[in-house]
Amino acid sequence: MVVDLTHYLVVSAILFTLGVAGIILNRKNIIIILMSVELILLSVNLNLVAFSASLGDLTGQVFALFILTVAAAEAAIGLAILVTYFRNRGTIAVEDINSLKG
Amino acid sequence: MAVAFFYLFSAVLIASAFAVIVSRNPVHSVLYLILAFVNGAGLFLLAGAEFLAMILVVVYVGAVAVLFLFVVMMLDVDFAALRQGFTKYLPIGAAVGAVVLGELGLVALGWQSAPGAREAAAAPIVAGVSNTAALGQVLYTKYFLFFQASALVLLTAMIGAIVLTLHHRPGVKRQKIAEQNARTRDNVIEIKKVPSRAGL
Repeated sequence: MVVDLTHYLVVSAILFTLGVAGIILNRKNIIIILMSVELILLSVNLNLVAFSASLGDLTGQVFALFILTVAAAEAAIGLAILVTYFRNRGTIAVEDINSLKG
Repeated sequence: MAVAFFYLFSAVLIASAFAVIVSRNPVHSVLYLILAFVNGAGLFLLAGAEFLAMILVVVYVGAVAVLFLFVVMMLDVDFAALRQGFTKYLPIGAAVGAVVLGELGLVALGWQSAPGAREAAAAPIVAGVSNTAALGQVLYTKYFLFFQASALVLLTAMIGAIVLTLHHRPGVKRQKIAEQNARTRDNVIEIKKVPSRAGL
């Protein structure tokens, strides 16, 4: 028995599902939501790498590298916004973040 | 052997991802996230993407997860209050998760590759070249503009993070080097004529 593409796809699907469920379950805690987004991006990267290995094409790995870059940038900006918001308002509860509502 | 490692890495990856979203303490969540990333890197290794596996460990475990850890520990937040409603959202979360998993499972088990997909590879993996070298050979030639664009993304993120978090408190005494260097004898020394035997 060998590890083929379908195994990777199933693992990645489960990981993606856990990420989506994490966003819904922890919808008051923005830190866990950001972690769930990281999990989702990891599952996407896993998909790309698995297809890259299966099809013998390096483009998938290059794309995964770019996704990694964007994910790192997103985490840095998101956490910076979080710190600034906490400093100004003293809370990070998602339902309190509504002053842009107009 | 590879199969055993695949199942080991996948099982730990999924278990730790589950622990990330359900653990009560966000610090534990971050630590489970680190475990998930390390096991993801193991899966990358098994798929032959050595460079990405190492980058995952360096960038995610070394930078992003530690950044999360810093923020979780730095913010003085009542995380128990943020956790209220977890059980209320549990049914809808499970329902959405089941739907997403069902759809993704249908896709993952029922897809088929287009004929000629392997021949249409834009950057075929050549045998005898290490993964890192091969990645460099396409990244710096074929995808050079995208590489530069991702550098710009990182630069923007860096500037944004600095601008967002840097703030000057009023009333803090700081050294102003330009002012110090601009001092001359004429504007800091005043000569007083003191009459003798008169005292001050």
